[in-house]
Amino acid sequence: MSETPTNDGDHAAAKVTLAQIFLTFLLIGATSFGGGVAAYLRTSLVARRQWIDDPTFVSFLAISQTLPGLNATNMAILVGDHLRGGLGAAAAIIGMCLPGALIMFAAGVLYGLHGERPIVTAMLHGVGAAAVGLVFAVSIQLGRKSLTHLGDLVFVVLTLIGVNLLSLSVLYVLLGVGALAIWWHRPRRQPTASSPS
Amino acid sequence: MNQIPALIGVFAYLSLLTVGGGMAAFPELTTQVVDVHHWLTQTQLIHFYSVGQMAPGPNMMMVSAIGEKVAGPLGSLVVIIAFFLPTALLTFIVGRLWVKLERWPWRDAIQRGLAPVAIGLMLAGCITIGKGVFVATLAIGPLAVWYAAALALAVFVTLLVTTRINPAFLVLGGGLIGLFAFGG
Repeated sequence: MSETPTNDGDHAAAKVTLAQIFLTFLLIGATSFGGGVAAYLRTSLVARRQWIDDPTFVSFLAISQTLPGLNATNMAILVGDHLRGGLGAAAAIIGMCLPGALIMFAAGVLYGLHGERPIVTAMLHGVGAAAVGLVFAVSIQLGRKSLTHLGDLVFVVLTLIGVNLLSLSVLYVLLGVGALAIWWHRPRRQPTASSPS
Repeated sequence: MNQIPALIGVFAYLSLLTVGGGMAAFPELTTQVVDVHHWLTQTQLIHFYSVGQMAPGPNMMMVSAIGEKVAGPLGSLVVIIAFFLPTALLTFIVGRLWVKLERWPWRDAIQRGLAPVAIGLMLAGCITIGKGVFVATLAIGPLAVWYAAALALAVFVTLLVTTRINPAFLVLGGGLIGLFAFGG
């Protein structure tokens, strides 16, 4: 029995090390831009390394989107836990967050030193305006994908009214509209197909 | 003057509001950071958030910069842990339960019910940021508001038309345009 490690290891999931998990998520954390982390994750974890299969990935993504927390970090926790338990989850989320955290820390220091300069302020206003376009585009794209019923738009509008018009705390809107929407989608007793009419 | 406990409290609370993504917590982030604790001005917060769009990884890593501004390196570390640990633990625990709850009829209801609320919260966050940019550019003059609106619209349309452009480059390009539009 030769111990030659295979690059595309088909049974890789069984012997993924903590270091491999950390480095893989570090790479994703350093190279994923603009909110599309799910695509980067899928390419790396499902297609290239084959650590998890597609149905598992999709179910993890559904959990990540439902629970509080950023999709990227929730995915890191779920995949890390799946591969190597609690330590795997820790290695994954730390790797994922480290590059961005260091870069934004440096940005904070630089801002403190030069943030008041007119030339910097002018650039940052431009960056801010462009970011507004970006976040709206991302929200619309996500909405088109995840809203399947026209009726769901009611809950989108109710949320907007609560937060932006009534200036209610996000917490109350989340609990109030969230409860209403879950109740709306509540499990209903299906007429059993097997019963003869 | 020790702000560390307040930082922990605020960011641990914000952590639990990020249903559907970091953007959901943005209106509350503005309230807490600008109005309640006066750690940043609204314009500074917008600047941090926008620069964060050019940094890699999860898009709320800009909280690291807020922590740095308030309490230096320790503040930065504390904020990151407070913001990411609560949801990390929640996901870890619920993630293990979720598979077992496959037959539980309410699981699907929760998933389908929270989807539109998450989108609504994201859009609410977008509107809050848009208002912030409006206020910041209005301070320069009415013309600056139009420049900002045109820039935002251009990025918005570009991203909806094509997915082949890295959004970080568009944001960076916005900075270069800003140099001319909002400079002296």
